[in-house]
Amino acid sequence: MERTIDLINERIRDGNAVVVTAERMPDLVAELGEEGALAEVDVVTTGTFGAMCSSGVFLNFGHADPPIRMERVWLNDVEAYAGVAAVDAYLGATQQSETRRDEYGGAHVIEDLVSGTSVEMRAHSRGTDCYPRRTIRTEIGLSDLNQAVMVNPRNAYQRYNAAVNTTDRVLHTYMGMLLPNHGNVTYSGAGVLNPISNDPSFRYIGSGVPIFLGGAEGMIVGEGTQHSPAGGFGTLMVSGDLKAMSPDYLRAATMTGYGVTLYLGLGVPIPVLDLETVRATAVTDADIEVDVVDYGVPGRARPSLRKVSYAELRSGHVEIEGEEVATSPLSSFRMARQVASVLADRISSGGMTLALPTRPIDRTKTARPMVETAQGPRVREIMDRQVVAITGDESVTVAAKKLLKGETNHLVVLDHEGRLAGVVTTYDLSKAVLRPERAMTVADVMTRRVITTESDEPVDIAARKLQRNNISALPVVDADRHVIGMLTGTNLSRLIGRGRA
Amino acid sequence: MKLVVTFSRKRGREPVIAQVVRDTGVLINVERAQIDSHEGEALIEVPDEACQLVRERMEALGATTRRLDRTILYDRDECVDCGACISICPQDVFGFDEDWRLTVDEGRCVLCGKCELACPHRALSLQL
Repeated sequence: MERTIDLINERIRDGNAVVVTAERMPDLVAELGEEGALAEVDVVTTGTFGAMCSSGVFLNFGHADPPIRMERVWLNDVEAYAGVAAVDAYLGATQQSETRRDEYGGAHVIEDLVSGTSVEMRAHSRGTDCYPRRTIRTEIGLSDLNQAVMVNPRNAYQRYNAAVNTTDRVLHTYMGMLLPNHGNVTYSGAGVLNPISNDPSFRYIGSGVPIFLGGAEGMIVGEGTQHSPAGGFGTLMVSGDLKAMSPDYLRAATMTGYGVTLYLGLGVPIPVLDLETVRATAVTDADIEVDVVDYGVPGRARPSLRKVSYAELRSGHVEIEGEEVATSPLSSFRMARQVASVLADRISSGGMTLALPTRPIDRTKTARPMVETAQGPRVREIMDRQVVAITGDESVTVAAKKLLKGETNHLVVLDHEGRLAGVVTTYDLSKAVLRPERAMTVADVMTRRVITTESDEPVDIAARKLQRNNISALPVVDADRHVIGMLTGTNLSRLIGRGRA
Repeated sequence: MKLVVTFSRKRGREPVIAQVVRDTGVLINVERAQIDSHEGEALIEVPDEACQLVRERMEALGATTRRLDRTILYDRDECVDCGACISICPQDVFGFDEDWRLTVDEGRCVLCGKCELACPHRALSLQL
């Protein structure tokens, strides 16, 4: 007998549907075989619970008296986008408070509203004949809003590359805290329970499909932004009624040093209509691989250190360059399981039926990088090409003379092949002056661990190196560590003078 | 038992901890120490039964001591069991149980403070 969606919905309505979570499927298929599992199971539920930055809500406040055409609007000091007519706004999850910075943001406003806490709304306008009011300030709760509709442009990543840091300092990223010298690995996503991983061909995941979103019944709008299924990184745009959501499945968070985000529970039910669905939903953590990407590289093309499966990540340790490195998930697997099982309960108790996609989602796309018509400034454009250099065996007195004559605060120390060996600053020489009992050479006082830049490095990255290390100059080196210039704070201030900082 | 020991540098540079170890024979584990020009603070671990003895000797040598009953304050309501804290902890304080619920072994904590920064949900704070 051929299985149809109508048949499954009939079984759901009769309370006879067999609904299991995607985590159960591999065992069921091993036990019953593919044909057996097809005969047994009507619906497989998926679930994920993690940081979904690309989320937000459309809010409609209703009209005030006298009415206002809100041009800018804030909720608890978090600005929402008001360029959608008079009394509508879109509040993004990652928008930060203007007074509490990254400890409070759009996600926190959304969580407060869902938790029944009212928020302060203020707005202003220039005033028009039809909307004369110029300012407004009021307290509003979720029930006061006509509509509060969550519309998330990019949720439910199919999988996400794990993160590592090979630099020698701590990095604070949207992938959490990354310890120096590959001291830890962080990862995101629910692996075996991930919605798209259980239907990677988008046969049953598509526009109009009902889902679990933040505790409410939501639906898939279509492909998410940056949807890139050709490489295994599909995403979904989803929508749901905020008024029906629960604070259990919607939690504001702050990634220290990165900013505000929203942890959200999302689950998609997949109807089991054929053997291909059985096979797809029998996916395991061991089948889903991601790269371990070095977030120490500040460019878009971050190198991968290795491939790793969710099974390895979830074991608590992975091997990176011969060492056992501890892993941290950033998503909650316990909550992902809860999403999948609550969704399964809702369906098997007849509380939610399924639907086929009204429109398919493209499964061949690849997201492209940004087109940049104007390249930002590079180090070579503003660096000093005159470099005052010295060798390590010279005395500090010679170094002092060179510094004075060169009118600089930094001397580059070169080895006998002309490569960078160190840097001597006026500060280093001052220290030598205070210890006159030791006759010193440049090599005795120089800094050997020199932070450098390259001529084609973007100025923004070089400026961040200066700022982070609290230093005032960077030698510009070529591939052989020959010094071809110096970049100083003075060079950067000239850039501001050019009006393109 | 964990103790926070504070020494004032004004009293000279006596090796208080070493002195107490020699006088009492109690093996003290120094878990963390921060000493600058005028003051020093150390987190030490001593066996429960020797705690009183160690405190008395240290205070006789001019240090002040404070018992630390709790280390990390863990807010179960804020925690979502994500596990961001697990891999950044140098002491393996955190882990998962078989249901992927976070486990917290407070006794291992040396109050380094990394987890306080790493927790996206502000569920961890230090008692200092």
